[in-house]
Amino acid sequence: MPSTLLTPHQNRRQFLTTLLVGSSALAFGGLIGSRPAHAADGPFKLPPLPYADNALEPAISARTIGFHYGKHHQGYVNNLNKLVAGTPLAEQSLEVVIKATATPDQTAIFNNAAQVWNHTFYWNSLKPKGGGKPSGALAETIDKSFGGFEQFKTEFAKAATSQFGSGWAWLVKDGDKLAVVRTGNADTPLVHDQKPLLTVDVWEHAYYLDYQNRRADYVTAVLDTLINWDFAAQNLVS
Amino acid sequence: MVHQLPELPYAKNALEPHISAETLEYHYGKHHQTYVTNLNNLIKGTEYEELPLEAIIQKSSGGLFNNAAQVWNHTFYWNCLKPNGGGEPTGALAEAIDKKFGSLAAFKEEFTKCAVGTFGSGWGWLVKNADGSVELMSTSNAGTPMTSGKTALLTCDVWEHAYYIDYRNARPKYVEAFWNLVNWDFVATQYA
Repeated sequence: MPSTLLTPHQNRRQFLTTLLVGSSALAFGGLIGSRPAHAADGPFKLPPLPYADNALEPAISARTIGFHYGKHHQGYVNNLNKLVAGTPLAEQSLEVVIKATATPDQTAIFNNAAQVWNHTFYWNSLKPKGGGKPSGALAETIDKSFGGFEQFKTEFAKAATSQFGSGWAWLVKDGDKLAVVRTGNADTPLVHDQKPLLTVDVWEHAYYLDYQNRRADYVTAVLDTLINWDFAAQNLVS
Repeated sequence: MVHQLPELPYAKNALEPHISAETLEYHYGKHHQTYVTNLNNLIKGTEYEELPLEAIIQKSSGGLFNNAAQVWNHTFYWNCLKPNGGGEPTGALAEAIDKKFGSLAAFKEEFTKCAVGTFGSGWGWLVKNADGSVELMSTSNAGTPMTSGKTALLTCDVWEHAYYIDYRNARPKYVEAFWNLVNWDFVATQYA
């Protein structure tokens, strides 16, 4: 099964419908999906990293996490707060902001809001001593959708390594089956009527300090040792 | 025809302290080389096999375009830089820049904004139009001015691999340092 290449701003009519019926709660909705509390530095907050910054070593170094979480993710939060200050979007949840700004005239807000969301989802997609195989209903659904876990892994790795430039590889629920998709830059399955189960960040900043140009090695290490299958399983049923 | 990785026009450490030898080891030795290798693999046995690089870029799409254009963009980028570069353009190029931007300082500010503001992977460019006027352009990923009928004059690579080893997330610092390396003589030859 080929991976689907998403283009930005697909399905705008559908996302507007989704917006009207309300956004769905995700497994980590408590972290960033709920309406944020106001504070002097803006409504959106950098959620705590769910583990220590050296907990993903050796696959991802503390040095990488220091920049990736502490600078890039924080930078998107800061930019988003600046961009929505004094607008009605400052009162909305992050998911509502993302869906409301998935239009060509609001790319700055969309890019920062979606990157805040994507990164939080990425941190939750990983855990120390992760990897291995999923079990239960998720394992069955993966088998049914891809023909087996190894086939899924091959397809996911292919999507992650072939995303040209900056972007993300995702396992998503699309209707009643699972699919592997890739998105460019800040694009996110949330605006394509797909429910993300897990993601791997393939922006160069995610792996350059540890792997330089060897993206394939980074993807293999993440799949084999860091994927948080419990998180993906929760997203499947939530 | 087999496409070759062109020689780097200076030593790998020649752009220090602004761009490190380590960055060039990867950027030229791995990234640029990989685009050349991929290009040669992709054209084998196809209608593109005997075409020059520019013709491939103009005719292709998808993976072939990405690799061909990245080969061209990187070669152009290396030529836009030189050790002890910087300073000011002169002659007709300087006049065209003044006419469009008001001054060199204003141009540098606008170009910096364009390069820093390119979201994700891409390139900031100064390009020449058919009427001799100049303007800024931002391209994403492998995008390159020639497919819009414009002549590239100057580029700054803002893929993260161009600056992550030296500047991490601080792209504005990299672009600031870039001005110390600009090879204005090369830019002038592209404008002429």
